[in-house]
Amino acid sequence: MSNPRFTGTERYVATGDLTMAVNAAVTLGRPLLIKGEPGTGKTQLAEEIARSLARPLYEWHVKSTTKAQQGLYEYDAVSRLRDSQLGDERVREIANYIVKGRLWEAFECDEQPVLLIDEIDKADIEFPNDLLRELDRMEFYVYETQQLVRARHRPIIVITSNNEKELPDAFLRRCFFHYIRFPDAATMEQIVAVHFPGLKQELLKEALEAFYRLRDVPGLKKKPSTSELLDWLKLLLAEDIPPEALRAADGKAVIPPLYGALLKNEQDVHLFEQLLFMNRRAGR
Amino acid sequence: MLVRFFMMLREAGVPVSLGEYLALLEALKARVAGTSVEDFYVLARTVLVKDERHYDRYDRVFAEHFRGLEAAFTGPDATALPEEWLRKLAELTLGPEERAKIEAMGGLEKLMEALRERLREQEGRHQGGNRWIGTAGRSPFGAYGYNPEGVRIGQDASRQRSAVKVWDRREFRNLDDTLELGTRNIKLALRRLRRFAREGAAEELDLGGTIDATARNAGWLDLKLVPERHNAIKVLLFLDVGGSMDDHVRVCEELFTAARSEFKHLEYYYFHNFVYETVWKDNHRRHAERIPLVEVMRTYGPDYRLVFVGDATMGPYEILQAGGSIEHWNEEPGSAWLERLRQAYPRHAWLNPEPEERWEYVPSIGVCRRLLEGRMYPLTLAGIDRATRALNAR
Ligand SMILES: Nc1ncnc2c1ncn2[C@@H]1O[C@H](COP(=O)(O)OP(=O)(O)O)[C@@H](O)[C@H]1O
Ligand SMILES: [Mg+2]
Repeated sequence: MSNPRFTGTERYVATGDLTMAVNAAVTLGRPLLIKGEPGTGKTQLAEEIARSLARPLYEWHVKSTTKAQQGLYEYDAVSRLRDSQLGDERVREIANYIVKGRLWEAFECDEQPVLLIDEIDKADIEFPNDLLRELDRMEFYVYETQQLVRARHRPIIVITSNNEKELPDAFLRRCFFHYIRFPDAATMEQIVAVHFPGLKQELLKEALEAFYRLRDVPGLKKKPSTSELLDWLKLLLAEDIPPEALRAADGKAVIPPLYGALLKNEQDVHLFEQLLFMNRRAGR
Repeated sequence: MLVRFFMMLREAGVPVSLGEYLALLEALKARVAGTSVEDFYVLARTVLVKDERHYDRYDRVFAEHFRGLEAAFTGPDATALPEEWLRKLAELTLGPEERAKIEAMGGLEKLMEALRERLREQEGRHQGGNRWIGTAGRSPFGAYGYNPEGVRIGQDASRQRSAVKVWDRREFRNLDDTLELGTRNIKLALRRLRRFAREGAAEELDLGGTIDATARNAGWLDLKLVPERHNAIKVLLFLDVGGSMDDHVRVCEELFTAARSEFKHLEYYYFHNFVYETVWKDNHRRHAERIPLVEVMRTYGPDYRLVFVGDATMGPYEILQAGGSIEHWNEEPGSAWLERLRQAYPRHAWLNPEPEERWEYVPSIGVCRRLLEGRMYPLTLAGIDRATRALNAR
C-alpha cells in the first residue's frame, strides 16, 4: 500500500488494535467511529492521526444545539435582512451571507485533510442521519447560490461518541468502529511515560496501584480516568510526595494524598473511606 | 467460510449487513491487516461490529468458528496464517472447478485424511506457512470453506495452547446489554424515559426560527413552533417492596429519580405484593403511616400516568379474594382496587422484572395481566419502550 501508515506518536500511545482500525479506515476511505470512556484519548486521536500523516486537521466540536447543516454552511438571513433595512449594497449578493462550515472547509482543502467530528452523540438524534449523503457522496449543494461543493480529497474522518445517544443504524453501517478499552496497567505506564518522561519507577508503580484500586471500588459514581490520573501525578510531583505516602506503613491501602484530583464527587470519597475502614476492621 | 462466519454473527445477534461483509472482503484485498489470526480478528471486528455491546458476542462466535482452524496452526509458528489462506478466506465459496478437484481426490473425507497426515508429518518441524498450501497454489483449506462443519483438524491434539487468545478472554463481556435492567444499562433506560417525558410536551413559539424563516420569506411573517422545553408529564410510581423485589425496586427508584427533573411531577408509593386499600410513602414506617388509596386518587388527577413495578408473583387468591393479603385483612380483593386505579388513571402500565418467557407459567401473573388488559411489560430496555408507548397512547 502506498498509503502512509498511522502508528502511535511520541505524544500518544496507540495500541495495536487501534492503529489497525485507523489504517483500515484510512485505506478504505471510511469514517472511523471511536467510542470509549471519557479521557481515553478519543479526541486526541484525530490530532495525532493528522500529525503522524502530516495532514491538516479540521475540528468540528458538536454541541447539543449543533445542526448537521452548520457543518456545511449557514445562510445568515438575519444579517441580510438587517443590511437590506440599512440599504447596504452587499445585500444584493447572497454569497456574502453564506458562512462556510467545517465540512466545507475540509472539502476545499488542497490535500487530504483529517476531519474530526467530536462528540457526535451530543447533537440531536437526527444529526448523524442528516450527514449520510454528504459522507457517502462527499458533496453537497448550496441552494442559495446554486453551487455544488465537492470534496477535492476525501477527508479522513474521525468521529467520537461518549455513548449519550444511540446512533442510527444507517449511519453505523457506513463507519468502521473501534471501542477504546480503558488502558490496562502496561498501556497506562506507557501513557504516563509520554506525559512524564522521567517519572521515578517506584512512584509510578505505587501511583498506578492506588489508581486502579480506586477504579475498582464498586459503586463509584465517576471512576477516575486517564486525564485525572495525569492531573494527580502532576500534583504529586509538584508537592514532592514520596512513593511511601501512597501506602500505609503496614502495606495496606490508604486514602491517597491529594485524592481530590481523582475523586471529584463527595459521595465517592465517602464511599471509598467507608470501604477502607471496613477492610481495616476486618483486619485485612 | 467467511460467509458462515458472517451468518453465525447474525445468528448471535450482531447486526451485520451485506455491505459490511463486502467491506471486509475489500479490506482483506487491500491487505490492511497482516496475516495472523489476531490481525484478522481485529480487522473483522473493526469492519463488522459497530457497538461495543456486541464485542462479546463477536468474541464467542469468533472462538467457535476459528477454534478448529487455529488449532491446526498451533505448531511452532502457531499464529501466522499463510497469506494464501487468508485470501481463500475472502472467497465466498469454492468454484465448481475446485469442487470437482476435491471429488477427484476422493471427496472431502479423503482430502481431510490427507491433511491430517500432512499435519502429523509437519509436527515439530518448522516449515514456512506456505508449505501448507497444496500444489498449484490451491489451498486444501479452501475445502474447509466448502464444508465447514466437516472437520476440525488438530482439535483433539493435546498440545498446549501458548496463550489465551484475545477472543477467549471475553474481555467485553460486561459491555453486552444483557436482558435485565441493571446499573449498567440504566443510562440507556433513562434516555428512553426522557424521550417519553419530552413526547408529552406541547408546542411553543420558536422565536429564532420564526425570525429566520420570516427573513428568508422576505419579511412575511412565518411562524415556527417547537416542542415546549419544560415537561408536562406527571407520573405516579407504585413499587412492590416484597423481599424478592428489593434489587429491582432499587434499580427502578434510581431510574425514575434520575429522570425526575424531566417529569413535571413524580410521586412514589409502595405496596407489598399487590395493591389494596392502602399504600405507603416511607418504607421504614409502612406499618405506621399508611395512606388510603382513595386519598391518592383524590390528590392526583387523571392526567397522571400510573406505573407499577412488581413481579406479580404470589398466590392468585392474594389478588382475587377478600382477605387474600398476607399482611392484613383486606375487606375487598386487590383486583377491585386495581380496577379503581385503572379507572382513575387511564394511562397506566405495569413493569415486571420477571423474564417475559416465565410469565405464562406463573398463574398470578396471568391473572394480573388479564386485569390489566395486557398492559404488563418486562423490565428491560425494550420493555420500557413498549410501556412508554402505551403510557403515551390516547
Ligand atoms: N493513549 C494516550 N496517549 C497519550 N495520552 C493520552 C492517551 N489517552 C488519553 N491521554 C490523555 O488523556 C487526556 C484526555 O484525552 P482526550 O483525547 O481528551 O480523551 P477523550 O476525548 O476520550 O475524552 C489528554 O490529556 C490525553 O493527553
Ligand atoms: Mg473528547
